[in-house]
Amino acid sequence: MNTPQTLAQKLIARAAGRSHVQVGEVVTCAVDLAMFHDSSGPRRLRPMLEELGAEIWDRRKVVLVLDHYVPAQDSDAQQIVQITRDTARQWRLPNVIDSEGICHVVLPERGHLAPGMFCVGGDSHSPTGGAFGTYMFGIGATEMLGVCVTGQIWVQVPRTLCMHWSGRLSAGVGAKDMMLHMIGRFGMNGGQYQAVEFAGEAVMALSMPERMTLSNMSAEMGAQAGLIAADETTVAHLRQCGVSEDRLQDALQWRGDAGAQQERFDFDAGSLSPQVAAPHSPANVHPVGALREVAPTIAYIGACTGAKLEDLRAAASVLRGHKVASGVQLIVAPASAREQAQAEREGTMQVLRNAGASVLGNSCGACAGYGATFGEGATVISSTARNFKGRMGPASVQVYLASPWTVAASALRGRIADPREVLA
Amino acid sequence: MNPDIQKARVWRLGADIDTDVLAPGAFMKHGLEVIGWHCLESVRPDFASGVKAADVIVAGPNFGIGSSREQAAGVLRHLGVAAVIAPSFSGLYFRNAFNLGLLLLTCPRASEVGEGECIDVRFEPASDTPVVVRANGECLPCAPIPGFLMDMVQAGGLLPLLKQQRRSA
Repeated sequence: MNTPQTLAQKLIARAAGRSHVQVGEVVTCAVDLAMFHDSSGPRRLRPMLEELGAEIWDRRKVVLVLDHYVPAQDSDAQQIVQITRDTARQWRLPNVIDSEGICHVVLPERGHLAPGMFCVGGDSHSPTGGAFGTYMFGIGATEMLGVCVTGQIWVQVPRTLCMHWSGRLSAGVGAKDMMLHMIGRFGMNGGQYQAVEFAGEAVMALSMPERMTLSNMSAEMGAQAGLIAADETTVAHLRQCGVSEDRLQDALQWRGDAGAQQERFDFDAGSLSPQVAAPHSPANVHPVGALREVAPTIAYIGACTGAKLEDLRAAASVLRGHKVASGVQLIVAPASAREQAQAEREGTMQVLRNAGASVLGNSCGACAGYGATFGEGATVISSTARNFKGRMGPASVQVYLASPWTVAASALRGRIADPREVLA
Repeated sequence: MNPDIQKARVWRLGADIDTDVLAPGAFMKHGLEVIGWHCLESVRPDFASGVKAADVIVAGPNFGIGSSREQAAGVLRHLGVAAVIAPSFSGLYFRNAFNLGLLLLTCPRASEVGEGECIDVRFEPASDTPVVVRANGECLPCAPIPGFLMDMVQAGGLLPLLKQQRRSA
């Protein structure tokens, strides 16, 4: 009998065409889907493919997303966008999502992911796919070239670090707070490029967008993948995204075996308070109460990890019927056009606008630091993923990371504030 | 090709050097030439103008955390850096570096090496374990590097390796 395997081992074994893989061994996996965007994609891949005289191994398995340099801020960005669009046509790519949202959000939204898949993305937040029971991780453009030519990639079978959350989150506390807490505890490389698996009743009680926030920021913990085994919530969500029944048939079988070897860490969701990462590291985490003196000049709700429909609803629940404090500029960049359309229909966007929000396009925006960033001396509270020095503007910009509830509450009070007090 | 490094001058950096520091987002629109002018400017403003071919970087833990942008590894090769030596690296950065032919050495005792010191890196024959040799002769062992990654470094990265493979296919 084979030894019990973790979910990570099972997903890798399938992609490697094996029944069983051992932690630590290096295996070659067949890639089910490769995602890249306007920054990591055609502008980098095309010259290398031409130099090799090679073509993409299977264009049906490629998804291209334009999200980093749109809307173009200047002629350089315009040129990158143009190269991307021209190449997409020349390569006859069937799956191109242009200026309709951030890659990690639109990829599952368009039904490209399902439990059991093995995928790579040309972006560090690619572990987001793990929320759907997909083994997905980020790679650079040259390694993406290798995938595009061969359809394969090597991986060293990781250990699994199980983050087990029991109990129930308080109102106004969410996945971002859980994740910041874990990053604060383990550090930015605490994941040691292994697989993290999130489990326990508090995780399984989360909606899919909230689970995506956990998997997404596995990157900030230095994990290769951030997995959550599929359950009924996953299947129901993917059905809504248009994933066909035959791709969901064996969804629930993709889970770790009982007794599989993993390191387990326990957390209590009930006692978790809102968390804030102070400049200049996502691991510089404090309970919200410790930063009450900080007065943000900008409150930013954006990014794949912080401006999905549920994040917009969270912010609206805090801001409904209020205006942001004077001296605070509230900026909202919804993570996808479809989610924004829903937020418009149900009135969520209007609540945010009434509170004083200016609304930006459905792209990475200030989070990536590639386009419009914040001005000299700004103090920002942001629902994004990274607050490295100089990432979202000049080195003088101070960025605090928090949940959309906390960002909204802080915009309202003009100081970093506990959303539980506003919601009470 | 002998991958040994001799008399390399050391640039010492701290812990948690992230990809935004190596390849700042504002310059990601441009090629390695421009990114190179701004490489590490927020932590070592003297680096970009002072670095010479065959210098090495010795850093604290968690080198290369952050983005998947491989320019953060490519820019160091572009500037002629022969190797980065640190107690630990971001896993994603580690892959990118080898794919671009940049040698990374995982050296638990890297912090013992000083700024400006001249060091050698030796690959013991019949062993895949590299050793950092300090100016005073002291040897600091590094984690072994799998053969297929050393092949990548010696070929100059994945692209030249794929070219070789296609030629011989």
